[in-house]
Amino acid sequence: MADADAAVGTGPLLSASDIAVHFPVGSQLAARARHHERMLRAVDGVDMELDRGDALALVGESGSGKSTLALALAGLRPVDRGQVSFDGRVLPKHRSRADLRRIQMVFQDPYSSLNPRLTVGSMLRELVRVHHVVPGGEADEYCARLLTLVGLGQDAMRAYPRQFSGGQRQRVAIARALALRPDVLVADEPVSALDVSVQATILNLLRDLRGELGLTLLLISHNLAVVRHLCDRVAVMYLGRIVETGSADQLFGNPQHPYTRGLLAAIPRLSDSAAGRAQGGPAVVGDPPSALRIPTGCRFRTRCPIAQARCETEDPALRTGPGEPGHQVACHFAFTGAPENGAAGANVPAELSAEMPAEVPVNPDGRA
Amino acid sequence: MSTGPILSVQDLNVRITTRRGIVRAVDGVSLDVAAGEALGLVGESGSGKSMTLRAIIGVLPAEGRITGGQILLDGVDLVPLSQAELNRIRGPKISMIFQEPMSALNPVMRVGNQIAEGTRVHLGYSKSKAAERALELMRRVGIPDPERRFRAYPHEFSGGMRQRVMIAIALSCDPEIILCDEPTTALDVTIQDQILRLLSRLCRESGVSLIFVTHDLPVVAEICDRVAVMYGGQLVERGDVRDVLLDPRHPYTLGLVRSAPDVEHVRDSLVPIPGSPPSLVSPPSGCRFHPRCGFAQDDCTVQPTPLRDLPGGRSTACLHYERCAEALAADGIGHG
Repeated sequence: MADADAAVGTGPLLSASDIAVHFPVGSQLAARARHHERMLRAVDGVDMELDRGDALALVGESGSGKSTLALALAGLRPVDRGQVSFDGRVLPKHRSRADLRRIQMVFQDPYSSLNPRLTVGSMLRELVRVHHVVPGGEADEYCARLLTLVGLGQDAMRAYPRQFSGGQRQRVAIARALALRPDVLVADEPVSALDVSVQATILNLLRDLRGELGLTLLLISHNLAVVRHLCDRVAVMYLGRIVETGSADQLFGNPQHPYTRGLLAAIPRLSDSAAGRAQGGPAVVGDPPSALRIPTGCRFRTRCPIAQARCETEDPALRTGPGEPGHQVACHFAFTGAPENGAAGANVPAELSAEMPAEVPVNPDGRA
Repeated sequence: MSTGPILSVQDLNVRITTRRGIVRAVDGVSLDVAAGEALGLVGESGSGKSMTLRAIIGVLPAEGRITGGQILLDGVDLVPLSQAELNRIRGPKISMIFQEPMSALNPVMRVGNQIAEGTRVHLGYSKSKAAERALELMRRVGIPDPERRFRAYPHEFSGGMRQRVMIAIALSCDPEIILCDEPTTALDVTIQDQILRLLSRLCRESGVSLIFVTHDLPVVAEICDRVAVMYGGQLVERGDVRDVLLDPRHPYTLGLVRSAPDVEHVRDSLVPIPGSPPSLVSPPSGCRFHPRCGFAQDDCTVQPTPLRDLPGGRSTACLHYERCAEALAADGIGHG
């Protein structure tokens, strides 16, 4: 089998180079007549690496392409450009069953991601049988062990998803992902659909599983507190690109991209006061632009408090900071001690704070 | 203006008839909101916080009804009022912002007209005067280019802009109090920040009061002055926001604080609240939280535990609230 002869490389376990995923939008007929398709560039040239045992978080606003990137990495969505390598080997466009097994996903909504007509036991047994995870005779025992691992009792085997609460369903979904003994677990907003007190149990479970099984984790979340709790590396996405990546300490302690600073400033904190929030401008102004009309140059410049003329023409590449290995930022002014967000934002009168530039030059072809 | 509360809810009871029996969704809730004050109402799903809001503004589901208590708005009890009488109050006195602006707005009506509608109906404005007022409101809530956006439909707006439209509608007739039902839960953190700042500013500028329902404790800290915590249809703790969230006096509040990950304090593991919320058809005897409570003693199961006043203008329903301070001290969090 393919995974048997793949050399265990010393490089990253999972790496992506120049990944792009585009969605055609609008009428295909009109597009043919125009000889030009309108493309929504959901993921627009992403390079990333995930080392064995790492926990990397992808964060960003909705529409930043983080979920699409995760699907592309897991092989659940074809890519339009670039390639994904696993253990040093470039994965083909159509992955073999053995390759798909290595990367498994847990989805956001445990109410719609489980088959309502299969008991948990039959769902797990089917997976184990199709992928030949263990010999047929040991399947039942293997499934029971899986359920114990995620903190569910043996009775769960005979139960249907509807008999479980949201948190228990998410445990079932995690058991299903682990059934194939994957190397990488991709969790797409695993706790956003759950109640606060239940979120904690799932976050603790993911953290324990990482320690016990040595899992490599890719977490997709908009909740930076969740990210901070689970992950040691973070990549911030904005309009289909990674704009800053680094260790959690680098990112939370010394954010360099103005967007990262804005995201961090926007998080509500228990120790904040209502009076403080009424004053001062918002952390990030305006709405994110449509992925159909990505601004020229730096894609964040339309909302950036420190944007200059060159940001309109030059697309900043990710570069590593001096003395900060692994901390990469796509901003012309990173690591230079440029003015901080807060200072620029505070001067914006509250009345104008939501205002955005009405018309933004865009490059419709997508390539800078 | 009197110095008393704008809105005073006394011993409110709401029952919902279902096939499984009668759900005691809201059970003896009392709240006071002063002019210009923002009160947070927090709890998990099913704790009765949204039902309390809906009872106040008179939009309970068909199976639900108010079985007891008073809702005094400016001294007038809203409970016995007919729908026609309530219609005259909704808008000029009290209004509401919902979680999903897309389903709360009319999809086939231009947003400008939706904002103007209230002033035309309630205040008798002419078409042109109402339109002028709508433009002014759109500017106030930070909708860019209001003249052009006036003629747009809700689907042409982003989630954050739709919520701004909802806020403009809620403000249109200068209400005394706005009820907010998780208005930022469906939004991104950056847009949530913008909307919270907007609400906070409006609250301070125009003296409108807010009741802000959410399950997100840090959001409450950002926008509210006081907070009330609901569990199983009852209030379990009430007080100043900083007191309650940083130094809780009820094990349920403590559980909420300890189970949420925090960007400022990274802890080795989170402390979940064991068990699941109670059935409100046949709630547990005594304190409703006792089956999930680590501090529960024999006396917790015997008789109901109403809110009791503590020094410092706060109240708790817990008989053994001192244990919370001990647990917090052991954790090393709190008093940030």
